[in-house]
Amino acid sequence: MDNLPIKMRAHGVDFFYGQHHALKNINLDIAKNHVTAIIGPSGCGKSTFIRLLNRMNEMVPNTTLTGKIYLDCLDILSPCIDPAEVRRRVGMVFQKPNPFPKNIFENISYGLEVNGIKNKQLIEDRVVESLKKSAIWDEVKDRLHDSALRLSGGQQQRLCIARCLAIQPEVLLFDEPCASLDPISTRKIEELILELKKDYTIAIVTHNMQQAARISDYTGFFLLGDLIEFDKTEKIFKAPHDSRTEDYITGRFG
Amino acid sequence: MNQNTIQKIGFGFLSFSVIATISFLFIIIFFIAARGIRVISWEFLTAGPRDGMTAGGVAPAIVGTFYLTLGAIIFALPLGIACAIYLCEYSPKGAVVNIIRLSINNLAGVPSVVFGLFGLAVFVKFFNFGASILSGSLSLGILVLPLIISATQEALLAIPHSIREASMALGATKWQTIKKIVLPAAVPGILTGTILSIGRVAGETAPILFTAAAFYLKGYPKSVFSEVMALPYHIYALMTEGVYPEKQTAIAYGCSFILLVLVLLVSGLAIFIRQRQRSYYHG
Repeated sequence: MDNLPIKMRAHGVDFFYGQHHALKNINLDIAKNHVTAIIGPSGCGKSTFIRLLNRMNEMVPNTTLTGKIYLDCLDILSPCIDPAEVRRRVGMVFQKPNPFPKNIFENISYGLEVNGIKNKQLIEDRVVESLKKSAIWDEVKDRLHDSALRLSGGQQQRLCIARCLAIQPEVLLFDEPCASLDPISTRKIEELILELKKDYTIAIVTHNMQQAARISDYTGFFLLGDLIEFDKTEKIFKAPHDSRTEDYITGRFG
Repeated sequence: MNQNTIQKIGFGFLSFSVIATISFLFIIIFFIAARGIRVISWEFLTAGPRDGMTAGGVAPAIVGTFYLTLGAIIFALPLGIACAIYLCEYSPKGAVVNIIRLSINNLAGVPSVVFGLFGLAVFVKFFNFGASILSGSLSLGILVLPLIISATQEALLAIPHSIREASMALGATKWQTIKKIVLPAAVPGILTGTILSIGRVAGETAPILFTAAAFYLKGYPKSVFSEVMALPYHIYALMTEGVYPEKQTAIAYGCSFILLVLVLLVSGLAIFIRQRQRSYYHG
């Protein structure tokens, strides 16, 4: 990987849902301040993989995980690490916008409050800052105390991004963030991701190959739990090494 | 027969069912109101009974019902909500929890007089609370626990998993997630359960028969260890005892009317609160 600084590293990761072998010996590096896209057909394990990076999958009962995942030099799977600590440093935006049934301000301040920040002024500053960074400030600045559920889908998703940014994570994980959005909202989210990579390390799961091509620097192609190919996005889309990758990106299956 | 005719017959049957149900409801309300409203006066609402229950008011029974209902809700609401939270959010999924759930649902089907006997044996005799507001409230509380638990469980299960995930992904603990995200969002549903419980508690006779209610008392209860008069039991007493059935029946309808109005008022208030919460939480 061109000797770029690595922010997260999966090393020999296997994952099981009960007996089902969902991820097989995955080795993948996520470069700092770059966008890494994970593509592949439904059920290939791409969402499962990204949810390992902030330890969300351990809330699913009856699963087994082996291998190592590092955040910088920290082994995040080590039993002495608090998963909440990992999640503070590795934020996540989900497939469907999932704002809390609270007002817009509270949606952002919640993350700060649960992490022990009590200073009102600091909270207020962070809320404004995160809303601005997520390119939604102009749309909501006059109605911060309205229910977040009154926002449109695209606005809700940007609010969810703002909610992540407020607790100042280092890595942002996006799990098909545009799957339920219209093309205009999708474009806004994509522009935002490109803007955010200056300050954050980003991994995005997407079904949309054009999206991966547009916004990512590196792309990994998953198929049936295997990481088939992982390379620079340009390379994956112009001259894939593996014929299965080529078949998928040219639309022959998936 | 063509499909449209079948559909029309189907819809016809469905709307008939709704109309029949609503008619029963209105007939009951009208019947009670027409007979009850005649005896309602300022004295009826504020004075105690006199002349061997044939005149005067029912104020002590109103006050007694208020205390019993309040006591039952104070006891059962926190306990029921806590129990539901544990069953829904914390307990490991499996056979044991299913059996517990099933037992709670079955508890809801136990005849109310059984709770009365249980209250008599446990609260009145064993704990020696005597026939009192305390014993009556506890018996009524146990009676509505299953109702509150299942309503709360329904409300909690209706909260989407996605917002719990969102909260956990921000580094919140499970406890923080439940306290600050899940419970506030479940309030409208829990309120619905509470409304139903209040109506149920205020109207129950059997559980207080042996544990709290008195046929006639001078004055108002002085502490939680006092016996009380209560509206439903007062109605029962008026209709089964005494020597002036006509006068007593009229008073019984008056009591029924008051009970009905009280329950409707409480429900109305709770529905109002619930709607406000809903419109806030659901955009």
